[in-house]
Amino acid sequence: METEIVKKHFFIDISVMLGRSMRHIMRSMDTIITVTITPIAMMLLFVYVLGGAIETGTDSYVNYLLPGILLMAIASGISYTAFRLFTDVQKGIFERFQTMPISRSALLWGHVLTSLVSNAISVLVIILVALLMGFRSSAGILPWLAVAGILALFTLSLTWVAAIAGLTAKTVDGASAFSYPLIFLPFISSAFVPTDSMPTAVRVFAENQPVTSIVETIRALLSGQPVGNDIWIALAWCVGIMLVAYVFAMRAYKKRV
Amino acid sequence: MKNTIEVRGLRKSFKDTEVLKGVDFEVKRGEIFALLGSNGAGKTTVVRILTTLLQSDGGTAAVNGFDVASKPDQVRQTISLTGQFAAVDEILTGRENLIMIAKLRYLKNSRQVADDMLQRFGLTEAADRRVSTYSGGMRRRLDIALSLVGKPQIIFLDEPTTGLDPEARIEVWKIVKELADGGTTVLLTTQYLEEAEQLADRIAILHEGRIIASGTLQELKKMFPTTKVEYVEKQLSLEEIFLAIVGKKEAI
Repeated sequence: METEIVKKHFFIDISVMLGRSMRHIMRSMDTIITVTITPIAMMLLFVYVLGGAIETGTDSYVNYLLPGILLMAIASGISYTAFRLFTDVQKGIFERFQTMPISRSALLWGHVLTSLVSNAISVLVIILVALLMGFRSSAGILPWLAVAGILALFTLSLTWVAAIAGLTAKTVDGASAFSYPLIFLPFISSAFVPTDSMPTAVRVFAENQPVTSIVETIRALLSGQPVGNDIWIALAWCVGIMLVAYVFAMRAYKKRV
Repeated sequence: MKNTIEVRGLRKSFKDTEVLKGVDFEVKRGEIFALLGSNGAGKTTVVRILTTLLQSDGGTAAVNGFDVASKPDQVRQTISLTGQFAAVDEILTGRENLIMIAKLRYLKNSRQVADDMLQRFGLTEAADRRVSTYSGGMRRRLDIALSLVGKPQIIFLDEPTTGLDPEARIEVWKIVKELADGGTTVLLTTQYLEEAEQLADRIAILHEGRIIASGTLQELKKMFPTTKVEYVEKQLSLEEIFLAIVGKKEAI
């Protein structure tokens, strides 16, 4: 009977946890700068400084660039999820929650939900800035929904990777360091320049890593082009990473509680 | 009188180190019970097992009639833990901390509960400041206040005064006494003999993984050979002098 009570309150529990970590984000200048301002600065830099010299075969470089910038923003966003989870688990507040009659996994799901919400906000802000910079899309409501879905799935899969890091790291640096390679992945993909210009070895890597298929899919959706096979490859990457990471993150969490 | 906490033959090892080698004690409803022991005696391990944070290797422990291993949800309904390190959210304000816990206890009037607690623990002025700006004593007061939200019947205090200055310590003592007067059962651990003497209705001494003595202060005193009468000039302790100077005369 008591377990029933605990289950019934699951959504109250995670909404309280969500409110708590959203406050953490809004009060951390460091987080806001890294997850929103830095990607915007990158976008300005690439469009107005380097963009003139980059040949992409499209007339608008900001249209070409935006998907990659969004993925970078999400990759840096989830490193803060790892950081917040790590700090929670290390501190007394985690023990307080664990000795209260609340759902065992509320804390973890609260962080996952926070990651989705906060990344959605930074993605929105970046798209608004891109619009000011001349980004235009011919896409209708359905392709936009598809873009939102893919970005949410990408966020979710990286969030579970972040959860593993946050739950198993020995130090704060270790908890967030794993995301640096993720932030750099877009550079070795078709996010900034077409892969044709790269040396063979780099090109093979670039064309077969997840970011390229995701970037290509979003770009095609936004410009009204057919998405082809890219969307299935992108979905397979996201779902695959998410499932594997979820299993390991849950195992790490069970060890903690 | 009914026992609120019953511990029988509790054992726990970490790797090759046997921390608890068969601990037995019971806590009666409404009393203040002190688990006294030096650093590393296993006090925190006992508290962690009783508050469902840790599984024991052997023996049984029941809180409010529920076995901690098989009925942890029921145990959590009646307890609250104030751990060794302040379990507060430093980024939130004191008020936000209280409202958060009130919501997690599913209280309807969480704002009112928070206001009352802030008032009771003298934190009203600091209510809307982030906890990271609080002093050690204020943090501890908020920590205990968070534990009292929702009026749990049993409170665990793990070394509640470690690291506090003498004034803050006396404040915590006052709070603990008020709790017990209000009918709450309190189990506290301490390494300070004076603290156990000041607060506890009954004391158990945990040493090398076992309870080597337990009872009221009077009973413990009787266990030792006849009191020797010595005439010693009464010297004020430094603590008494300090407190006298800063005006906390009630402690003397």
